[in-house]
Amino acid sequence: MLNYIKLIVLGLIAIFAMIAASYARDLAYQVHAIIILLVAAGMFMWTLRRTDEPAMPAPQNEYMDGVVRAGVIATAFWGVVGFLAGTFIAFQLAFPYLNFDWAQGYANFGRLRPLHTSAVIFAFGGNALLATSFYVVQRTSAARLWGGNTAWFVFWGYQLFIVLAATGYLLGSTQSKEYAEPEWYIDLWLTVVWLAYLAVFLGTIVRRKEPHIYVANWFFLSFIVTVAMLHVFNNLSIPVSIWGSKSVQVFAGVQDAMTQWWYGHNAVGFFLTAGFLGMMYYFIPKQAERPVFSYKLSIIHFWALIFIYIWAGPHHLHYTALPDWASTLGMVFSIVLWMPSWGGMINGLMTLSGAWDKLRTDPVIRMMVISVGFYGMSTFEGPMMSIRAVNSLSHYTDWTIGHVHSGALGWNGMITFGALYYLVPKLWNRERLYSLSLVSWHFWLATIGIVLYAASMWVTGIMEGLMWREVDANGFLVNSFADTVAAKFPMYVVRGLGGVLFLAGAIIMCYNLWMTVRRSPAVEADAATAHATPAE
Amino acid sequence: METYTFLRQLADSWALLALFAFFIGIVLWAFRPGSTKTYADVAEIPFRHDDKPAAADETAAPARTKEART
Repeated sequence: MLNYIKLIVLGLIAIFAMIAASYARDLAYQVHAIIILLVAAGMFMWTLRRTDEPAMPAPQNEYMDGVVRAGVIATAFWGVVGFLAGTFIAFQLAFPYLNFDWAQGYANFGRLRPLHTSAVIFAFGGNALLATSFYVVQRTSAARLWGGNTAWFVFWGYQLFIVLAATGYLLGSTQSKEYAEPEWYIDLWLTVVWLAYLAVFLGTIVRRKEPHIYVANWFFLSFIVTVAMLHVFNNLSIPVSIWGSKSVQVFAGVQDAMTQWWYGHNAVGFFLTAGFLGMMYYFIPKQAERPVFSYKLSIIHFWALIFIYIWAGPHHLHYTALPDWASTLGMVFSIVLWMPSWGGMINGLMTLSGAWDKLRTDPVIRMMVISVGFYGMSTFEGPMMSIRAVNSLSHYTDWTIGHVHSGALGWNGMITFGALYYLVPKLWNRERLYSLSLVSWHFWLATIGIVLYAASMWVTGIMEGLMWREVDANGFLVNSFADTVAAKFPMYVVRGLGGVLFLAGAIIMCYNLWMTVRRSPAVEADAATAHATPAE
Repeated sequence: METYTFLRQLADSWALLALFAFFIGIVLWAFRPGSTKTYADVAEIPFRHDDKPAAADETAAPARTKEART
């Protein structure tokens, strides 16, 4: 019965997409309508072929790991795509020739930059969060994922969101809000997918067999709930036409700016911090084989972090039309935030106390530890940059870009790599990773890449900040904007090389994970079960 | 009174106090008597059900896989 409803809905969507494709007012909308038409038609066929076939009940005594495996593959794939795009646009800035004439309007820096940011944050980071949250919530609740195939809907729905967003950027469909560029219909689709994600996650927690909700799940849940709220409020807009991608924001002026940076900073705070802290609180104890250093501290860490992060947004709007009290509020809360951030860092690092020797033998734990180290470093740098006086130097310079990347590459990237190295042998039932020395190669390439990136951006950021404010004895500005661009060239090349190293490390990881699945010996079933089911 | 002014005054008086009190309450709750034992057990959750979900009749699994910090 359900299949008949699905067929009707898919058929209607396909017909609507067909009409939309022919009435489309702009190219991006037309391409998206065609993509949706193909997806809906494909799913129609797929559903049709399964209709009236006997349904196989899902085994309730196993975890649902298929979707986690898919999420791991998607994370690795989108990671490489995002790092590649980032490295390319880094070289576009150093060598403007790479903004090829024949690709103007599609592959120039302005079009590729949101592709890079969304690919690394939402495609790489988002898939990492989907996969790990589904893995962790099952293990720590001792229950199978709730909602049957809804988890698959979340996974594929999220990939569709990524594809629509990415193609939209290249074709110029954007609402020009940083990290919230996708236009109205993509936003609506993401809202549907996200609510399904929330339902699966909450449903699993409700079904838990452990009386206590483990701290990692608190972090994941706060990430899912807050992102839903941020996404809906920041994307309140009215489409100009149902046949076009353009929409008009409901808020205007400084209210819009404040909403955008309330969203933007909490994308950092809840997407890139709370969610990834959920990973930290599960994978570091698992890899170190000892429980978290202080569970009490983890509770205080959680509540302090979510209570404070939500107020930090206005520090993006110093010296603007935003009222002084609001930007002071943002600044004060950003500085207070230093404490829970470092509390969490200490909790992650001290989990290794008594097992520090593992750092010498286990490159995976080394990766996790350096990620927590980078977390500590960037959560110190961030509050410092939010101070109004510092911000007057750092804002609009490359220092900000360096800060973002030490957080994103160092903290988010490294903890994700650590989680992938942990997950792949588990999920594919392998005894161990294919090669630990390749993990070490990845570790050093990535670390050196980040150091090159961050250091060159500190130099160029502070340099251009000082050049912009330099005045001569008569009060005239000394440097033109083009002077700063010329002065930054060497640092831009170094930054690009840092990106090459980081990308190379990620490709080595993909090879290593692939060979783990292909070549590593399978886990041997223990003696008791070996009698019943011989090893394959 | 204007809505803006009302909300603004509410935010930096009673709402601030309520949020702060809630937070202090959580800190006190985390340090309540007996919490050390409870949390020592709870911190072991990741080590319990690695391979498959708990059976239908089973609730909390007391079995520890590994003795933690000695």
